[in-house]
Amino acid sequence: MAKLLVYYAHPGHQYSHVNREMVKRAKALNGITFIDLYAEYPRFNIDVEIEQQRLMAHDTILFQFPLFWYSTPSLMKEWQDLVLEYGFAYGTGGNKLKGKRVMMAVSCAGSEDAFSREGYQNRPIRTFLSPLEQMACLCQMKFYPPYVLYSALHAPHNDAMQLHADGYKELLIALRDDTYDFEKALTNDVITFNTLPIQRGQRHG
Amino acid sequence: MDNVLLLVFVFLIAGVIAVPLATKMGLGSVLGYLIAGIAISPLLRSLGVDVVSLQHFAEFGVVMMLFLVGLELEPKMLWNMRDKLLGLGGLQVLITTALVMVAALYMGQPWTIALAIGLVLSLSSTAIVLQTLNEKGLLKSDGGQASFSVLLFQDIAVIPMLALIPLLALPELLEILHPTVIEAGSQLEHGAEVSFVEGLAGWQRGLITMVAIGTVIVGGSYLTRPMFHFIAIARLRELFTAAALLMVVGIALLMTFVGLSPALGTFLAGVVLANSEYRHELESDVEPFKGLLLGLFFMTVGAGINFDLLFNQLGSIVTMTLGLILIKALVLSVLALVFNIRGADRWLLAMGMAQAGEFGFVLLSFTVANGVIPASLSDQLLLVVTMSMLLTPLLFILFDKLVAPQYVKKQGDDADEVDEQGNVIIAGHGRFGGIINRILLGSGYKTVVLDYHAEQLSRLRKFGLKVFYGDASRPDLLHSAGIEEAKILVVAIDEQAQITEMVRYVSKHHPHVHIVARAVNREHVYELFSAGANDIIRDYFDSAVRAGRSALEALGVHPFEAERKTCGFVLNDKRTIREMAELFDVNIPAHENEPYIAKAKELMAMEDRAMQGHGAGFGSRDNRDWLPPKQED
Repeated sequence: MAKLLVYYAHPGHQYSHVNREMVKRAKALNGITFIDLYAEYPRFNIDVEIEQQRLMAHDTILFQFPLFWYSTPSLMKEWQDLVLEYGFAYGTGGNKLKGKRVMMAVSCAGSEDAFSREGYQNRPIRTFLSPLEQMACLCQMKFYPPYVLYSALHAPHNDAMQLHADGYKELLIALRDDTYDFEKALTNDVITFNTLPIQRGQRHG
Repeated sequence: MDNVLLLVFVFLIAGVIAVPLATKMGLGSVLGYLIAGIAISPLLRSLGVDVVSLQHFAEFGVVMMLFLVGLELEPKMLWNMRDKLLGLGGLQVLITTALVMVAALYMGQPWTIALAIGLVLSLSSTAIVLQTLNEKGLLKSDGGQASFSVLLFQDIAVIPMLALIPLLALPELLEILHPTVIEAGSQLEHGAEVSFVEGLAGWQRGLITMVAIGTVIVGGSYLTRPMFHFIAIARLRELFTAAALLMVVGIALLMTFVGLSPALGTFLAGVVLANSEYRHELESDVEPFKGLLLGLFFMTVGAGINFDLLFNQLGSIVTMTLGLILIKALVLSVLALVFNIRGADRWLLAMGMAQAGEFGFVLLSFTVANGVIPASLSDQLLLVVTMSMLLTPLLFILFDKLVAPQYVKKQGDDADEVDEQGNVIIAGHGRFGGIINRILLGSGYKTVVLDYHAEQLSRLRKFGLKVFYGDASRPDLLHSAGIEEAKILVVAIDEQAQITEMVRYVSKHHPHVHIVARAVNREHVYELFSAGANDIIRDYFDSAVRAGRSALEALGVHPFEAERKTCGFVLNDKRTIREMAELFDVNIPAHENEPYIAKAKELMAMEDRAMQGHGAGFGSRDNRDWLPPKQED
């Protein structure tokens, strides 16, 4: 079993229907480490030592967050700034994260159409995640396509929220139990609840 | 004098031995007292004690209990209960009276006696039911509230019953009894002998009654606050107790003067005072007296059993008792359905209220005195009343073991959602506690504030804050403030020793409460740590840190760097204090605790190095912040 570390960052947890549903499912799982960054560091006083220990103790790191202004919520950026130190994550001697897998689970308000050359966001979602992809690259980690929910503000009013949250649970179980098909995942730009590449016969109902 | 002391000693020792035993065996305190009473009855008889008049005296406990119940009940809640009070209570008394009457007719009694028996047995025992519900924490459940409504109605119904019963008198009985009528009649209503309104016209009586009730309501609303404020200035606890007792006794007397039920009067006074800041103090002052008197009352019930008569007519007494319980339970369980009380609450109401009560004793002696029921029949009925009261605790046990478990609701497993709002108790509303209270109220939480500066409290009340007078470190006051249901206790009082004592008491006896405690210095932090506080906040620490940060900024340090430096200081301080707290032992003076001294020396040396810019002291955390990559890369 791979050791899975989930970082969750949402400053408005109580207002987010989608992320709350996802968190509820993640917290109910055994055998994974779930860290709510805003609960852990409400005063932004990140403990670098503890966070580095956490990273080293896990194989797969997943970040769950809403897309804010085409980037991460600010505490997650602060976490990157402080924890991914020179000499630890990059630079001379900075190879402590080498070979680990990184993945994002992102919810965004814009529709799938909006995130395209023709849409009002002008660019596909992967463009906005490229700093994170490059972060993984500099830290010698493997970056895999993100698990995305588009039109997240409408999702609570149709089936999408439940499907996305249930898919998230399947994703976490697959990452934990080594049944996630990483090779197949790489053939997509983004993963959604109906394109989860979980190895045949392993999908949980 | 010796005799009084001996009597007190006998009752106390019986109670002190029997009640803990009964509670331990899960029988409840009421049954314990009853058994204690039975156990000492031969002794009482040989001492020649008048159990009946002792019982009248002890009934004052019921008056006090209703005062306390009133304190818990705001006028608005009482108004919301009006349907149950009149509908449920009224129908219960009417239907039960009718059914018991039919049963008595069937057994060959004339209708006047049958009706009197119906009235006497329709009443339930306020003392047993409320005491038991309180003990089990069921008073606020639907079943508990319904029971309370019915009991309150019965208490009111006694007054017209007293008027009705003399009309049922049998001429032949009256002739025999005539000389004793007035004497026995005056024993009524908890032994009050004076009736002010005797011989007045109907409208005059009505007027006086209104005036008396008005006095209680107006006096309760406007006079008690200045009175208690005046007493609070003396800062003597016993004066408060005296004043509280004075008030209850005074109201009871006033009510008997005008021919009303004293229990009803004190209940009304309690309701009026339910919103007062002195409520908790009154509660904890009156509570012990109520408990002792009720205990005495239950013991006299147990001691009053006429065993000769019981064994001679065992069959018929047991049949009548069981029949009575059955009728009362049946009526209540049907009425419960009509009034939409379902599930466990329905059975709580039906099983809990199926006995006859202490008003039955009162009414029975009244009926005999008025020549309604012959004395021999009354003796039998007394036994039925007593036996039904004796069986009530057993019915409650039956309810606990058989009925309640079937209705236990399954808890939701939604652990992630925010918990329901629990109550917060804030002890001490000075400069420290006041800020905490403002923050919690502003966020929409309910707080109960305890403080004992009467002047400050009345100022706060003007702002509409809910505050209560009392010494917050007293366990009984914490109890009346609702520590059992509280989620959080904030200890914000000034005195170090009292803070520690309070934390130790609450963490030991109410481990479910999260304690946020104020520490006055470093050593106090260690003390509170070992006493079991969850969050320990040094009262001047945060303000001093902010002052230090201001000083750094004034010295020209960049504001963000000043913030990081003080942050590092706080974290480091927290760490050292935790390490020290683990070595601290309350039982060993700090200067004799070797590991503690060694650690202190080590930490002091570290801090010195850090202050002078060497080593990895408190600056270690801010050194790791936002460092640029090295040039060579």
